[in-house]
Amino acid sequence: MRAGAIIGGVLALAVVLGATGTLLVAVLWPPAIALAPPGQAAFDAARIVRGAQLASIGNCNVCHTRRDGRPYAGGRPIATPFGTVYSSNITPDPETGIGGWSEAAFVRAMREGVSRDGHHLYPAFPYDHMTKMRDADIRAVYAFVMTRRPMRGSMPPNALAFPFNHRPLVAVWKLLFLDRGALKQDPGRGAEWNEGAYLVEGLGHCGACHTPRNALGAERTKEAFAGGSSDGWVAPALDAASPTPVPWDAEGLYRYLRGNAQSLHGVAAGPMAPVASNLADVPDADLRAIATYAASLAGIPRHERQVDAERALAQGRGSAGSRDETSDGAAIYAGACAQCHGGAGREPLIPALDLALSSVLRLPRPDNALHILRQGIAPVDDAAGPFMPPFAGVLTGAQTIALLDYVRSHFAGRPSWAGLAQAVRAGQKDRIEANGRIGNARRQP
Amino acid sequence: MMTLNVNGMARQVDSEPDTPLLYVLRNELALNGAKFGCGLGQCGACTVLLDGAPVFSCLVPISVLQERRVTTLEGLGTPQEPAPLQRAFIEEQAAQCGYCIAGMMLRAHALLEINRDPDDAEIRRQLQPNLCRCGTHMRIVRAVQRAARLMRSPADDGAAKN
Repeated sequence: MRAGAIIGGVLALAVVLGATGTLLVAVLWPPAIALAPPGQAAFDAARIVRGAQLASIGNCNVCHTRRDGRPYAGGRPIATPFGTVYSSNITPDPETGIGGWSEAAFVRAMREGVSRDGHHLYPAFPYDHMTKMRDADIRAVYAFVMTRRPMRGSMPPNALAFPFNHRPLVAVWKLLFLDRGALKQDPGRGAEWNEGAYLVEGLGHCGACHTPRNALGAERTKEAFAGGSSDGWVAPALDAASPTPVPWDAEGLYRYLRGNAQSLHGVAAGPMAPVASNLADVPDADLRAIATYAASLAGIPRHERQVDAERALAQGRGSAGSRDETSDGAAIYAGACAQCHGGAGREPLIPALDLALSSVLRLPRPDNALHILRQGIAPVDDAAGPFMPPFAGVLTGAQTIALLDYVRSHFAGRPSWAGLAQAVRAGQKDRIEANGRIGNARRQP
Repeated sequence: MMTLNVNGMARQVDSEPDTPLLYVLRNELALNGAKFGCGLGQCGACTVLLDGAPVFSCLVPISVLQERRVTTLEGLGTPQEPAPLQRAFIEEQAAQCGYCIAGMMLRAHALLEINRDPDDAEIRRQLQPNLCRCGTHMRIVRAVQRAARLMRSPADDGAAKN
């Protein structure tokens, strides 16, 4: 009996202590409340739809799509001259994405390049452009990303060289180069032009590739649209130095940006292919505005340019690859290119670009011509669209040089590219990849 | 006069240097395995191997070939002694009209030479440039899988084992 009472007392004490302990734990370490992204119901449908269109104009998916193809799950390596940074997961996954971000945090990231937790974001994320966006547009993009399917996916740590691996330094970069505030309207231009300026200079961040950058990776704004680079491709000048033989007009640019082939210009290729793929579905008014503004960047063509354009149009495919020309390059053109690009005494079977009108052959560097020759052109994600077969594995290095020298001289009247042999050699290691598998320009998701 | 290395043999041809290989194979050498489909490098019916890598022979002028090895369907096997790929395509009845099949086999051959155990996704990715209008794709993928098994162990009859 007595023993029973003692046992009972001990048990009671244990229960009391246990309960007190639990209480104490709860007081000292209160539980987390799970992050709850706002979810679909928090936004009206029209805003989400507009956000989707704006996300296409902003090409968010190009950098934020995970390599395994999951959209917006981030973690994709972005090569910069300072090392590699990894894109963020912008799905609403609470732990690895931005599920815990309020709208205010998202707006600050877009305007100021600051993460929710207060750390500076590297300007590989083009907030120097996004900062010009209207509040309503940023909020629409927020509604769009917060209603995507949450996907887990963390980012590997960035691999940046000293001192760029110190994030606080980004604050200094911002002092020097981040130009906050809305874009000034030009009252001398129409509403469409001004809307185009807003989209091109802001969300569209066209200058991120088409404007040259300084030693600290900032755009040299005094040389806006003078030409830059992207992923080993030349991003051609869009200003008066544009290499296109026939100057762009708004209509031509509109069709190009929709991803369509046309007679006076080539099709979007390389890093521009996913851009045109994104723009294929955006509303007409947005794309017309973008095209109107972008076409105006080159100004009104000077007289010499117009003469040049007329000469290129008159030259056409003409005698390319004829047997009067005895060079190796001419023979290769006749047997490998003329079927589609014309010349060699026959009409092309399909209307591929007349190379007399090619801007690629008039670029200061051979990179784009080489990439296109080796990888061909293929629509993004196996969609229907303009296609050029890849010639990697068909031509040797010497034959590649002979062909490019020939087409550049015949169609563009220019001498061999400086550095062509070097660029060909650098590209040849990729031929090993191509062996046994003809690659194509399809975007690796 | 030019000498080409076709299916392991030196072949003299008279065609002009800018003539695409496909026409030389068919018209001069009577090697009719490779087919003319589009003549534009878009369909893959003309696929042959150049030093083991698949190319569209309709867009390869013979001037670029030099000593490089050209392999056509006829170089894989004969009706009497079909190569594993040819045997597998017959056993799986992978051809409907058959026009694309030579190109399919050569491009598949290039894959199996570097990977004897590809999964279906790898086969699909490899054969992506080659079009089949009849729609026998499922059988083509099965035939390549069967050929892979035959090439891994030739004694195997290729029966269900995947």
